[in-house]
Amino acid sequence: MKHALEVNGLHKSFADTRSRGPQQVLVDVSFHIAEGEFVSLIGPSGSGKTTLFHLIGGLELPTSGDIRIDGRSTIGEQGHIAYMPQQASLMPWLTVSANIELALTISGLEKRHARQLAIEWLNRIGLGGTANQFPHLLSGGMQQRVSFLRALLSPKPLMCLDEPFGALDALTRMHMQTWLLSLWEEAKRSVLFVTHSIEEALLLSDRILVLSSAPATIVREIEVAFPRPRSEALWSDPAFVGMKQELYGLLKPAEARR
Amino acid sequence: MGNKRILPPVLVLALFLLIWQAAVALFQVDAYLLPSPIAIAKQIYDEHEQLLRHLLATLGMTLLGFGAGALLGFVLAGLLHLIPGAKAGFYPLLVLTQNVPLMALGPLLVLWFGFGTLPRVILITLVTFFPVAVAMLTGLMQSDEKLVNYLRMIGASKRKLFWRLELPSSVPHLFSGLKIAASYSVITAIYAESIGSSKGLGYYILLAQRGFETANVFAAIALIVLLSLVMFGAIALAEHLYNRGKVKGETS
Ligand SMILES: Nc1ncnc2c1ncn2[C@@H]1O[C@H](COP(=O)(O)OP(=O)(O)OP(=O)(O)O)[C@@H](O)[C@H]1O
Ligand SMILES: [Mg+2]
Repeated sequence: MKHALEVNGLHKSFADTRSRGPQQVLVDVSFHIAEGEFVSLIGPSGSGKTTLFHLIGGLELPTSGDIRIDGRSTIGEQGHIAYMPQQASLMPWLTVSANIELALTISGLEKRHARQLAIEWLNRIGLGGTANQFPHLLSGGMQQRVSFLRALLSPKPLMCLDEPFGALDALTRMHMQTWLLSLWEEAKRSVLFVTHSIEEALLLSDRILVLSSAPATIVREIEVAFPRPRSEALWSDPAFVGMKQELYGLLKPAEARR
Repeated sequence: MGNKRILPPVLVLALFLLIWQAAVALFQVDAYLLPSPIAIAKQIYDEHEQLLRHLLATLGMTLLGFGAGALLGFVLAGLLHLIPGAKAGFYPLLVLTQNVPLMALGPLLVLWFGFGTLPRVILITLVTFFPVAVAMLTGLMQSDEKLVNYLRMIGASKRKLFWRLELPSSVPHLFSGLKIAASYSVITAIYAESIGSSKGLGYYILLAQRGFETANVFAAIALIVLLSLVMFGAIALAEHLYNRGKVKGETS
């Protein structure tokens, strides 16, 4: 069966600017995402998660290894994914709906269709009133919702979300998680989701990949079998708490473990 | 742009003129050395037909040269930015062009292109394209890296990146380049009119100086300052309208 994404033996090192030889960031990273599967990547800060996205998005070239999207090797090729970056990254001189339209037309949608989709979905997620506003007037949470919508509406089957809620306060973050969950459970797109938060990963994912600190490699893969649709009620589930503790143990810094 | 920003400089200017007027009267300075502001104003009134004719000549030439220079600077910046390697090769030479003294270039241009308007417009163009090109280039290179990364990841071509990201984000830089170019263009026009021309405020000053008509020199200076202010103001207004266009979108 074709996978939405296949990463095989990926290595990435950067030439170190202070001439200490190459700096290894990713070491032998291999994993896959099945069609319609929600996979979270969890790992310490600076472990190379954004770098992995840059490789998948074709922004950087791997030192070695292969990346396949829909069964085809796409190393160094851009424009194959729907992407939600770590910061909202909306063009400040475009209105909210124009921002969505721009992303959709770049991804290959026809202009009129893009516009119609943008307006329809902004209304649907309760942001219809902001369609003609400029992004800086929106709260951080609203900007992230627009940024997510941009990725959700993209015609590309694989969605890559880089810590979408990292910059939000805890309460907004919880709202956003359940909001994303409900939208995704409707559409069932293939998702690679990067996060720092164990709870977030457990609540959303079908599978969790745990990345070690730099140089990063995948140290554990965990199936999350809770039935869908899920809700926050999951948080008090004993199985949930158990998995949370297991993940926490894996992610603890080395010094603290001793 | 409220009165709050215009009022303080106007007050300072008024005070300055007042002291000037008082000093000339008090020390009984000869009019051919330094005429009083009132005398200058009277001169402007008396000479207004002549002055207006020369002012219009200067204005026309300034606008032509400024327009051509701004366009040249804009296009050049775009080309240097888009063509790989072009910037590395041409940018240092561009800087060199600004080291050629106008004093040498002006007469040469007149020699090559005759006594008409053309050599003068070329001179203004050569002076004004530079600040526009430099400002634009800076702006084009300084687009937000996370936006560049985002658009490239979702597949934006280099052309799309230019039109949809780099160009719009360089607009504030473009405006500051245009403001500098505007004042350069007026000064250059005045100089250009002083070499082998028979019209314009530069020519008028030359004549007035030869005849020791100092009040006339000052009258022309006053108009030149006014012209610079108007050019600068027009660009500031355009910038204001551009920014307000965004605000309007917010409330509609
Ligand atoms: N273009 C580059 N050149 C050199 N080093 C780089 C480059 N991009 C990233 N790195 C290095 O790679 C490492 C991983 O960075 P990356 O941004 O991928 O981490 P991350 O896991 O996304 O961190 P965070 O969770 O804080 O977002 C860092 O040490 C960083 O300095
Ligand atoms: Mg990151």
